[in-house]
Order: sequence, then structure tokens, then C-alpha cells
Amino acid sequence: MSLELRGITKSFGALVANDSIDLRVERGEIHAILGENGAGKSTLMNIVYGLLKADAGEIYVNDTLQEINEPSDALAAGIGMVHQHFMLVPVFTVAENIILGHEKSKRNGTLDLDQIRADIKRVSDEFGFEVNPDDLVENLPVGVQQRVEIIRALIYDAQVLILDEPTAVLTPQETDELLKIMQKLADKGTSIIFITHKLREVKIVADKITIIRRGKVVGTAQPSASQEELASLMVGRHVVLNPDKAAHPIGEVVLSVKDLAIKDHFGRTIVKNVSFDVKAGEVLAIAGVQGNGQSELAQAMINLEEFVEGSIKLGDDEIVGKSVKRALDDGIAFVPESRELDGLISTFSIAENLILDRHDGAPYAKGINLNPKVVKEQAQEDTKLFDVRFQSVDDPISSLSGGNKQKVVLARELSRPVRLIVASQPTRGLDVGSIEFVHERILAERDMGRAVLLFSTELDEVLALADRVAVMYRGEILAIVPSTVTPQELGLLMAGVVHA
Amino acid sequence: MKNLSAAELRRRRGVYTMAILSLLAFIGFGLIPASGRNVTYGFILDKEWILIHQWVIGAKSASQLFAGIAMLGSIVAYMQFRARKTIRVASAITSAGLLMSFLSWAAAGKFIPFTGLLQGGLLLSVPLIFGSMAGVMSERSGVVNIAIEGELLAGAFASGVIASLTHSTTWGLLIAPFAGAMISFLLALFAIKYSIDQIILGFVLNVLVYGLTDFLYKRLLIPYQSTWNSGPTLQPLKIPVLWKVPILGPIFFDQTIIVYIMYLAVIFIHLSLFKTKWGLRTRAVGEHPTAADSVGINVNRLRFKNVIIAGMIAGFGGAYFTVGAVGSFGKEMTAGEGFIALAAMIFGRWSPWGAVGASLLFGFADNLQGVLSITGTPIPSQFMLMAPYIATIIAVSGFVGRVRAPAADGAPYKRGGNA
Amino acid sequence: MRKPLLRSFSLRALILPALAFALSMFFGGLLIALSDSNVLHKASHPIAFIKAAGASAGNAYLALFQGAIFDPGLAKPHQWYLAFGPLSESLVGAAPLILAGLSVALAFRAGLFNIGAQGQFIFGAMAASYVGFHFHMPIGIHLVVAALAGTLLGSIWGGMVGLLKARTGAHEVIVTIMLNYIALYFLQWILGTTTFLIPGRNDPIAPPVLQSARLPLLAGSNFRLNAGILVAFAVAVFVWWLLNRTTIGFKFRAAGANTFASKTAGISVPFVMTSAMAVAGALAGLAGAVHVLGDNFQLTSGVAGNFGFDAITVALLGRAKPLGTVLASLLFGALGAGAAAMQAKTNTPIDIVLVIQALVVLFIAAPDVVKSIFRLKSLKTAGGLVSKGWNG
Repeated sequence: MSLELRGITKSFGALVANDSIDLRVERGEIHAILGENGAGKSTLMNIVYGLLKADAGEIYVNDTLQEINEPSDALAAGIGMVHQHFMLVPVFTVAENIILGHEKSKRNGTLDLDQIRADIKRVSDEFGFEVNPDDLVENLPVGVQQRVEIIRALIYDAQVLILDEPTAVLTPQETDELLKIMQKLADKGTSIIFITHKLREVKIVADKITIIRRGKVVGTAQPSASQEELASLMVGRHVVLNPDKAAHPIGEVVLSVKDLAIKDHFGRTIVKNVSFDVKAGEVLAIAGVQGNGQSELAQAMINLEEFVEGSIKLGDDEIVGKSVKRALDDGIAFVPESRELDGLISTFSIAENLILDRHDGAPYAKGINLNPKVVKEQAQEDTKLFDVRFQSVDDPISSLSGGNKQKVVLARELSRPVRLIVASQPTRGLDVGSIEFVHERILAERDMGRAVLLFSTELDEVLALADRVAVMYRGEILAIVPSTVTPQELGLLMAGVVHA
Repeated sequence: MKNLSAAELRRRRGVYTMAILSLLAFIGFGLIPASGRNVTYGFILDKEWILIHQWVIGAKSASQLFAGIAMLGSIVAYMQFRARKTIRVASAITSAGLLMSFLSWAAAGKFIPFTGLLQGGLLLSVPLIFGSMAGVMSERSGVVNIAIEGELLAGAFASGVIASLTHSTTWGLLIAPFAGAMISFLLALFAIKYSIDQIILGFVLNVLVYGLTDFLYKRLLIPYQSTWNSGPTLQPLKIPVLWKVPILGPIFFDQTIIVYIMYLAVIFIHLSLFKTKWGLRTRAVGEHPTAADSVGINVNRLRFKNVIIAGMIAGFGGAYFTVGAVGSFGKEMTAGEGFIALAAMIFGRWSPWGAVGASLLFGFADNLQGVLSITGTPIPSQFMLMAPYIATIIAVSGFVGRVRAPAADGAPYKRGGNA
Repeated sequence: MRKPLLRSFSLRALILPALAFALSMFFGGLLIALSDSNVLHKASHPIAFIKAAGASAGNAYLALFQGAIFDPGLAKPHQWYLAFGPLSESLVGAAPLILAGLSVALAFRAGLFNIGAQGQFIFGAMAASYVGFHFHMPIGIHLVVAALAGTLLGSIWGGMVGLLKARTGAHEVIVTIMLNYIALYFLQWILGTTTFLIPGRNDPIAPPVLQSARLPLLAGSNFRLNAGILVAFAVAVFVWWLLNRTTIGFKFRAAGANTFASKTAGISVPFVMTSAMAVAGALAGLAGAVHVLGDNFQLTSGVAGNFGFDAITVALLGRAKPLGTVLASLLFGALGAGAAAMQAKTNTPIDIVLVIQALVVLFIAAPDVVKSIFRLKSLKTAGGLVSKGWNG
């Protein structure tokens, strides 16, 4: 089955997410759509799948015009999708999830799950998936959950399968397996739209590549194109991913983590046996595939995790067991993974966001009295230093762009005396200019003799900034290697492969 | 048994609490009181087959006996917990034992018409069961329903007035669901279409129904009482044979049509929710609406439908207050039962049978309080009236076990939004 | 935190509440007219019917206004000012409402929905009444001690909710609904104890508060207007200051807007929950105290009336801002006082006010509805109150 998009346009307010996009996918073709975060890939696919409605444009299936207003239209037209955030009800079984929306009932009106169990088994066997129809989805690992979504698409006979950033949550090994499955499906005639921003995967699996930037198709390429070519098409200009890493002096141990273990609310171990040091003037990067315990480890650095055992020492001060406030006051700057959720308060003004952590100390407050004048003046100063673009410090923070928001977070965290900077995915979702700013800033802090603990899932970022790299896998640190490591070696470590 | 999760720790704490309470009951009700007085339990209400007329026993021995049963129950609960099995049955036994131990102490020297006590308890729980079913229907699909009180009251008002105007209980019963549905229509409209905070909304709708019924009550029902507010009442229907079963017969099978419909409604809702297409979809939109949407389910239409049906259930339950009981409508006659129904739903963890169990417990406690306040009791009746509310606070504070609402309960669904 | 007190409430912000109010009054009038038998009898003559309907609603609302603000019928020779008696009544009713409304508003700003103002009000009234009739103290001191006792007990009753939420995650709406009933039953019980019974009687009414503990009258003995309204205004300014000019208020607002970001910034969310509910409880408790010490004097089981619930409506109407809450309370205080007069004069049940209140809040909460009725596409409004549900 072929799928063709003509002139798809969609805007959200002033932002044009898709600007008259044309695209054609042939039967049995793996068509990669390559683009940065926020380029408009997911919007486009949500339009094809009927979750969003395009402002303009047409969708053709097998060269006939198809109205797709609802996901049910897409499903009926043979379009299936594996979403970036899985569309599975956690408290349902695999079978219940798969039958949802396609329910068959018995004579007496109750649900008939027998047929679906058989279907699941058939598809599982065919592709070598080990999926039990009666397992609860919430108890399955993410890799298996993704397979449940693929099984669903196959059972309902998807001729076009959209995979939205399917490898973001997978280990390199699982990724390779997924790529094989994609190949197998394509060989059987399924058309696949593969959305990603990972060049390596595109080169392995794609038959054709379309590159999207800022909502527009900026070019198509063959998989034989070099990574550099693809990268520059994707980001629009030549990217320097090697900021200044000139030799710099490294000092005393600032942060010392010993035998750390973290559990979640259900008593499951998320992180265990973690030990490492970070010295003054050093960047230690914690690399790993998303979901291997890095988020929790980062949170534990300022005591945001509840069930922690072991020791985290900042200089001579023990952090574990203290309040978040004490951890921050002891000299930790914390750049959270999600700035929208954990870093900023969207209804507060820029000035207020700049004092979230320091509002009850001098010079902002005297006793319990806040001094709005000082707050404002200080905000003017901080924002200038960090190049935040805005109209007034009284404007709500929600009026700023992502890059400017991150600069506000940095301005807040770095304009107080700190010894250690914990930065978690500090450039996620930012444009290239802001990424450069953040990187330079982190290195500048390092050069001032602060210790930096960087959490990142982006290999390029890790290699560009780190002095040493610790790789996390399933909650443990597999190895700590110097930054001269090659991306290949790092990739293997992230997959849990330690060589002799 | 190392490495217990937070949920398991709470369950263990629940088991310990039951054990301690049982022990305290044994001491407080069974050992400490001065001895000598008997308690008499009567078991005959009508012309059912007689198993036993009455049972006379020393109050202290009875308290000891029942507290002993409660202790056994909590031991079984502990063993079940160790075996990682459900402790529901054991907890029910423990609660019943505790309650009876208390009753034997409180009614020392008195006659307690036991069958009547249970029958009255069932009657008092009728509106609670309907109300909590309305809550389950609505909240399982993701719409918080604080407006149960208003829906009950609207049903009571409409059925009372219509029955009075038409001299027909049938018309009264038929109209009640529609009155409830009118309120739930507003809930659905504002919650689903305009995404208003559902807790505030439910609260406001209750005030609206209070205002409307109070106003019309004074304006029409009092001045024109003979036409507007003197409706007929339903008579109990004895189910052949079954009503003659000793003890259980008169409790369950000598009731009005409303109660029989209630039995059917509960069974039907339970089966529908867990065994049918509608139930699967309802639970899906309550837990993960985006997932439901992505497989072609119209989330908001399903929610709208369920909220309306919920209103009809509660509205019908409201008819119990008028045509099911006293006939005429009284100002604010639901008196907060809707909130107790809400509590029962939460106490029953958003499941139909759980809600029924909680409603029965609350209804029984209420009736017990009424009976004891007539026969005279060692503790003030107000404290017994507080019991369901205190129990609910203990339940939601997670002291004994985990209470978890459907994941998307209260969150309006918009495509591509932050649902 | 940067806008001065008065500027934070611009005229534009009043458009929506005004329209919502007008709309609710219209529906209320419709209800009055259509339930009037004089009107219904003319149903077959359309013109007479509309006339009668207009007269019915008009008369009721005229009586409402006279009962709320100014009634020339009350003026006596040389005592024209007695015509303002209704205004005094409105203010007397508004004082506890402002305080209770501030309680709900403050909790709202900290992200907590305090449905429990009713229970906190009850405990405040209970404590103030007990101190007021049981102890003998000098004038002034007695009043202060009684008011503080009410504030303290309300604060404990409210703080408990915050503590429970902070420690166990129990949803404050469920807990406060339950605590309201518990407070009511507790009040009913305590009114039957010998401590609270008037010697020689056994009806559940506590002895009157002694003169030394009563709030002073402000406008002479012809009016019941007392210093309660001044207390309410002063507390409103205090709440504004607390929310916008202190580090505590900053924490409240931060945690109310985004718990995650607040936690990450080192703000103790359990502290916010507990202290915000304690302050909210204190305000509602003070409301109960002011009601008992300024207006009611004797504690009865119905002492809280509908204050706790009206408090929620005024806080919602005032968009959880102190000044907005004060204005909304004055409006509802007037409606309450007016409705009593309306019932006496035109036989229109007082309960119409509940209907109007519910409608006002409904329209305020859903600005889109009002906008579509009046076809005001351009009017900018702060978004409606968006739901968080039990898990939020």
C-alpha cells in the first residue's frame, strides 16, 4: 500500500508546525523521517493517524484521496502507529489492550478474548516475540510493551506502520532487534514510516530519507549519504560538536558517591551499587539509554528521592537524609531533566522564577518580608548575564521560548555560590543556538573550578563535554571510562556489553 | 518478608490494626464491664420459617465470643498476607466480629431485634448504594462525581412531586432517573465540554439543587401540599418462598421494587464493567484516555454517556426517599447521604462490590446508632454518627491499605492537550 | 507580587463577574416569576402573562434591594438614617463571610481546595462561645482572648487536614467533607453537655456571650453593625500581604502552582500544605468567632448556617484574590440580608439566593459560556478553573 501526503499544513497559534509538507511512501518501503526535536515530525504523524486535524492538505492511500479525521479512519485505511509514549492502559492485560477498540462479544454480551489470544500467539510466534496475552502491561519491560503495540498494528492488518521515535527507550541491542523486525515487515510488503533523529539507525534501515526542519521538508536523501551530510541537512548549518576542551586543571574531590541504592514506591530497586567521585574542574558524564536509573540518580543528588541508601558526600557534608533545601544550600546547582515540570512555574513571572530557591534569603527577604524591588533589580541583572531575551521581568515565564527558559534555570542555579553542578539532559528539546550556549556555559563553570555531573542520553553531548564518562545500565554503573572512548565502545557499554 | 513495598507495608499495618482493635474489643467490651446482664437478640420479624426465636446470652460472654472471632479473623488475615493472598474475606469477618462485640457490650440488658436491625440497615443503605453506583459509573470513566448529593435530591424531589400530582408511584419512579440525569447533564456539559474543575463543579451543582428544591418546596410544596406533596408510597413485595428463609428472607426478600431493582443494578453494573465491551472502554477512558482515543474510541462521548447514566442511577435512588419511604418530599431530605455515598465509593475503592460493602457497613452503623439511641447506649449517638466519616478518613489516608482512583479521574480530555 | 493592592483588580476584570451576576439574576427572576401562581393563572394571555411575570420578579428584586442597602420605609421622622439599616445588616452578614472566603481563597492559592471552612467555622464559633460565656475578663481582653481561641481551634481543625495530606496524601476534599460532618456532630454533642447548657434548661443552646467579649457596635445602638467588618477588612489586607509580600506566601503560591518545581527548588511542600491549611483554618475559625461575638452571641447547632459553603462561592467569584473575595462577600452578604427581607415582604423564599449563587459561580468558572451568551469573543479572561481530580 502506498501513502502520499500533499501540502500538509498545521499551525498552533503563531507556530507553524507543518508547512505544506509533501511525502510519498511506497509499498514495502522503509521511509525515514529525520529531524531535530521539535521539527514537526510527530505533529505530521499525528495528522496522518487522525489524532490532529491538518489546517490544509490531502492524504492519499493507494492514490485515492482519504479523509482521516479520527484514528478510526486511519485504522480503517490500514494505517497503524507505534507511539512515542505507548498507548497502552497499564492496568489492562496485553489481550485487553489489543482488543480495545476492536471488541468482539460472545452471544451473552460478554467480551470474547479467546480469538485475540490466538491472534497474539500467532503474531508472536511469527516474529519470535515472547508475549503472554494475560500479562498485565504495567509489569512488562518497555521493550516488550513496544512489541505489544507492534502486535496490535499487525493483528489489525496495518499496511502502513508509523513508528514514532521507537528507539528512544531501547538499548542499542533492543534497537538492533527492532531494526531487524522492521526489515522483515518491509520484506513482507508493509510500508514503514520511521521517525527518528538518530543518523546511525537511518543509515542501517531506511530505503529513503526525508529530512524535516522547522516544519518544512528541506530535502530527501539516500541512505548512502554520509552522517555529516544528513546532520547538516537536519540542523541547517554545519554543527561544531567539539567545543573547547583544552587542558584544564583538575582539583580535589568535590562529590563522592558511595554504594548508593535507590528504590521506588513499590520497593523495586532502581539504582544499586553506584559509586563515583567528581573532582573540582571536572565534568563527569553519566551516559546511558533513557530509563536505566539516571533520572533517579540525578534526583537523589539533591535528595528528591525518598528511598535512598548509601552515601553522597559533598566535600565533608553528607547529603543523604538532608532536606532538598539543605542540599541546595550546601552548594549544589540543579538543572532538572524537565524544565517545564520541575524547573519552572509557568504562571510565575520571570523574576519570581529566578528566586524560587533563594526567596527566603538575603537580599530578597528580610525576615519573612519579601522585597519586590530587589527581586526585580536582581532579575534584570541575572537575565542580562545569561542573555535571556524577554520584554519585562514581570512577564510570565510561559511567554519565553524553550532556550530562554533554560537560560532562566541556569541563571537561577548558577548565580549563587555552588561547588557542584548537577545538570540532567540540559539541552533536551533546545535549538542549536541554545545548545551551544548551554555547552559553553557548562564548560565555563568547569573552568572556574566547579565540579560538574552531567546526565545525558545524547552520545555527542557526552563526548563533547565530559572528561570522564560513567555508563549506566539497569541501575548500575558498568564502567567509568575516559572521554577518549569511541562512540562505538560507548554504544556497546550502553547496551550492557563489558569487554574483557 | 524483607523488602516490603510501601503498599505492602500499609497492608501489614492494616492487619496489625485489626489485630490490636480485636484485642482492645476483647478487653474493653469482654473483660472490663461489670458482669451479670444479658443481651437478647431477636430473630423473628414476620411469618418466615423459624430457625430460632431469640438468643439470650451474657453480654460479657457475647462480647468475648465476637471479639474472639475478630481476633481469629485478623490471624487469618495475617496468614493470608504472609501468603501474599487477598485479605478481603478475613477483614470482613474481623469487622463483623468487632461490630457484634461492640453491639453486645452496648446493648447489655437490652433486647435487640437483630433481623430488624439488619433489615433497617439495608434500607438505610439503599440510597448509598445507588449513589455510590452513580459514583462508580462516572468516576470509572474519568469524571469526578461530587454531585451525587444533588442527583439524589433532584430524584427525590421529582419523584415525590410527580407521584403526588399523578397519584401514581409508577410515574414517580419513572421520572426520578430523568431528574438525576438533568443534573448529571450539567455535570457532563461543564466538565467535559468546558473542562471546568470537576470538584468545584459538583459542589456548585449540589448548591444549585439545594437552592432549587428549597425554593420550590417553600413556594409550591408547602402552600399546595395536598396536590403537590402528598404522594403515595410503594408497598413491600414478598418474593414467594425466598422471603420465608429464616433471618435472610425478611431482610432481603420483603422489600419494595426499588430494592429489587437495586440488586439487579449492582449485579448488572459489576458484570458490565468487567466483562463487556462497554466496561472495557469505560475503564480505558478512565485510566488512559489518550490510548483509548488512539484506537478509535470517542473518549468524551463515552464519558458523557456514562455521566448521564450515573445521574439516572442516582436519580432513581433518590426516589427511595419519597415514594420508597415517606411519600412526601422534605426540605434537603437527602441530608448529606450523597456525600456518604461518595465516601462509600472511595472506601470501596471505585469497585461496585466494594462500594456496596461500604454502603452496607455505613447503613448498618447508621441504623445501629438509631436503635441504640432508642434503647439507650453507653456512648453518645453523635459519636456513632461520626463513625462512617472517620472510617473514610482512615481509608483515604492510606493507613490501612491503598486507595487508588482511576488514573485519569478528574482530568478533562483534549486531544493533543495535557490529558 | 509586584502590583499594588488596588491596581491588581482592574475594571476589565470586573466585566465577566458583572455579566455572570446579571445572567444569574435573570435566571433567578425567571424562576421567581414562573413559580408565582398569580403569574401562572395568566398563562393563557401572553401579554398579561409577561406583565405579571415582570411584576413578580421586579417586586421581589425591589424588596431584595431594599432589604440589602436602603429602605425608605424604615426611615422615621428625624431619624432618616434608619433607612440605611439594611446596609448595616448586609455588612454584619458580610464580615464572617469575608473571613471564611479568605480562608478558602488562601488555601486555593496554595493549591488546596478547602471545603472544610464549615467545620473550621464551627470549631471557631464553639471556642469563642465557650470563652465568651464561661470566663470573666476585662473588656477588650475578653474579646481578644475569645477571638484568638476561635482562631486557634479553627487552625488546629484545618491544619490537621494539611498534615494528613502532607503525611499520607489523603485528598483534602474528601477529608474536609468528612470533617465537616464530624464537626457538626461534635457540636451537637457538646451542646448537650452540662458545660454548654444554660443552667436549668435542656434545649441545645449555649448561654449568651458576655458583654465584655462582644464586638463593639460601630454606628450606635440603632444598628447592629459591629467591628467585625473592620476585622474582616484588616484581615483581608493581612492575607494580601502574606500572599504577595512574604516568603511564606511565595512558598504557598509556588507550591500551589507547581509542586514539582517547588520541591526541586527546595520548598518544603509538606510545610506548605500543613501551614496553608492551618492559616486557612485559622481564618475560618476567626469567621466563626466573629459571627458568635458580633452577631449571634449564642451557640446553636445551626451556628455555621451556610457560611462554609458560601465561603467557597465567594472565593471562586473573587478568583481567590483577597480584594475579589472581599467584594464578592459584600455582594453575597447583601444578597443574604436582602433575601430575608424579600421573603418577609413578597413571600419569595430566601432560597432563591442559593440558586443565584450557584449560577454565578457556574458562569464564572466557565467564562466561555458567558462569552457565548453575550457574544463577546474578544473579551480576554483568565482561563477557567481547570481540573486536577483526585490524583492531582
